[in-house]
Amino acid sequence: MSTSLSDIVKTDRARIFGIRTDLIEQFVDTLQQDLKAKVGLVIVSVFILAAIFAPELTPYDPMAQEYGVFQPPTLSGAHPLGTDSYGRDILSRVMYGARISLAVGLGAVLFGGFFGVLIGLLSGYYGGWIDDVLMRAVDVMWAFPWLLIAIMLVAIFGQGFWNVIFAVGFAYIDDFARITRGEVLSVREEEYILAAENVGLSDFEIIFEETFPNTVAPIIVQFTVLVARAMLAESTLSFLGLGVKPTTPTWGAMLGQGRTFLTQAPWISIIPGILIMITVLGINLFGDALRDAFDVKEGDEA
Amino acid sequence: MIESTDPLLRVRNLRTSFDTDRGVVSAVDGISFDIKPGEVYGVVGESGSGKSVTALSIMGLIDSPGVVEADAIEFRGEDISGYSDAEMRDIRGGNISMVFQDPMNSLNPVMTVGEQIAEVVRHHTPVGESAGFWRELSRKYVTGTDKESDSWQRAVELLDTVGIPDPKERATEYPHQLSGGMRQRVVIAQALAGDPDLIIADEPTTALDVSVEAQILNELLELADEFDVSVLLITHDLAVIRETCDRVAVMYAGELMETSNVQELFNNPQHPYTRGLLQSIPRITDDREWLDVIEGNVPDLINKPEGCPFQQRCNYSFDMCDKPLERHRVSDDHIARCHLHSPEVDTAAHDFDTEATGDRSITSGDSGIIADGNGGDDL
Repeated sequence: MSTSLSDIVKTDRARIFGIRTDLIEQFVDTLQQDLKAKVGLVIVSVFILAAIFAPELTPYDPMAQEYGVFQPPTLSGAHPLGTDSYGRDILSRVMYGARISLAVGLGAVLFGGFFGVLIGLLSGYYGGWIDDVLMRAVDVMWAFPWLLIAIMLVAIFGQGFWNVIFAVGFAYIDDFARITRGEVLSVREEEYILAAENVGLSDFEIIFEETFPNTVAPIIVQFTVLVARAMLAESTLSFLGLGVKPTTPTWGAMLGQGRTFLTQAPWISIIPGILIMITVLGINLFGDALRDAFDVKEGDEA
Repeated sequence: MIESTDPLLRVRNLRTSFDTDRGVVSAVDGISFDIKPGEVYGVVGESGSGKSVTALSIMGLIDSPGVVEADAIEFRGEDISGYSDAEMRDIRGGNISMVFQDPMNSLNPVMTVGEQIAEVVRHHTPVGESAGFWRELSRKYVTGTDKESDSWQRAVELLDTVGIPDPKERATEYPHQLSGGMRQRVVIAQALAGDPDLIIADEPTTALDVSVEAQILNELLELADEFDVSVLLITHDLAVIRETCDRVAVMYAGELMETSNVQELFNNPQHPYTRGLLQSIPRITDDREWLDVIEGNVPDLINKPEGCPFQQRCNYSFDMCDKPLERHRVSDDHIARCHLHSPEVDTAAHDFDTEATGDRSITSGDSGIIADGNGGDDL
């Protein structure tokens, strides 16, 4: 007897933070039918696993230097992806780099998402002057190029892991605020919100218990899109030397450091570059699948 | 304890207006009525006559730019018109609950129906389960309500009471998995969950098809009777009123035109507007080729005419119609706001037959004016 994933979801009415089970079903269907979605899922899974299990999987310490500098990638050799100018194993470094990318990507988006969603919820639900004040503030943020904000924040607070997360995430507050607000504006007009007021729920309860779960779908999609962008942003900052500590392996920093030797040892830059490209592509494909699954407005089947 | 003759809800001179860019819209313009315990009170009127705004005004749910003023909104003898939001939250759902027009939209799509009912039980009845914010949030979206808990059991019981088959199973389903009639039953169960004294049903069957409509209405009324709940039934359907209500108020342009017990209203309507409404109902025995419609449109609520709001459309209008309306008692339980009933007006001269359509004649011609604020009288 074979049970597919969608059967399990169908029979077991699992609730996953307010996402309707039929949407999850739809997502599983999309995954099964859509090749792009599968590719996205595989890339994202490999990336996450590599990041999580980097210490177990890497053959070398990413910081360890060897005399054999500039060894080209030889798939059968001791250093499958070669070594860099200090003789450090590139394979080990990109796997550790994946951790930074993942942490910064998720951390920045969680940071921006938390404040953005909060602003969007309050702004959309209350309207009036609260909306005016919050959204004008968000408009001001939106008017600045994110890189300028990030450079400014790193200049103020200095380099470092948390500061990069803060600097990148700060720039995403406005995206989340805007999307959430738009969604809340339509949800708050629904009769079930009036009905919730009518059974005696407070504003606070209505905002977080009734409204927010109904706005979750587009926020999740935005989440995946921005994780990819945040990883690129981290690479950009590291490339510019504004990222985390220079010795820490990150893809952006590796790409930047390899630039000097581009003609002699192109793999030092090309390998992290390709990885950035593939990962961002994978996350975007995955996000597209989520969008396909969630974008369908609730049909009135019954 | 309140006497059973005391009104459960007493509304005096309720005025709700909205300050818009074009001017002040008087959506509800000085209405008064009483609902007695156990009574089914109908409010009938055209779209835009202010029926729903009346309901929301009572519940304290008119948002800015709306302004609600009233001489009194008394619930069980206590004036709730000045209640704070926190105090009103206890009233809503716990003492007065509402059933809305469209069951497709009045249930939250991301929560199971059992959850939505159990929530009301926890908020308004002493089941001894915390209804604190974080507890509720995790209960609703992460763990689900404990299936053994009192609130869940009560939710299942209520679903059973409103006639949902297999309530245990249904309670774990989402609104989109239920049909329209089922959903409206769920909404009724939710309205009953807080053990209220009054249910305001705002066109509860408009969105349902006719066969389900009768069922749902009957169930609502049976349950109201069983749970000893009064019902304020808002509708535009006179047939529904006739079948279900004890007393009825006819609303037009934010004002009540006529109130009466239901038989008398249908047998002996005393306001030209009510007559117009009744004549515009198609009858199966009709040999009329055209329905008698009421010509014209509802007046602009921003610049309402002086006096009677119905005067432009009224076949009987005469020189007194632009004077302020007064309440005229037609019979014991029957009041009309129309100058034709003023003692100094000779109705015959205006071709208005006071015994027109009725098969029940009225007992007396005592159309005395009732002084304003005279307790216990509607309009």
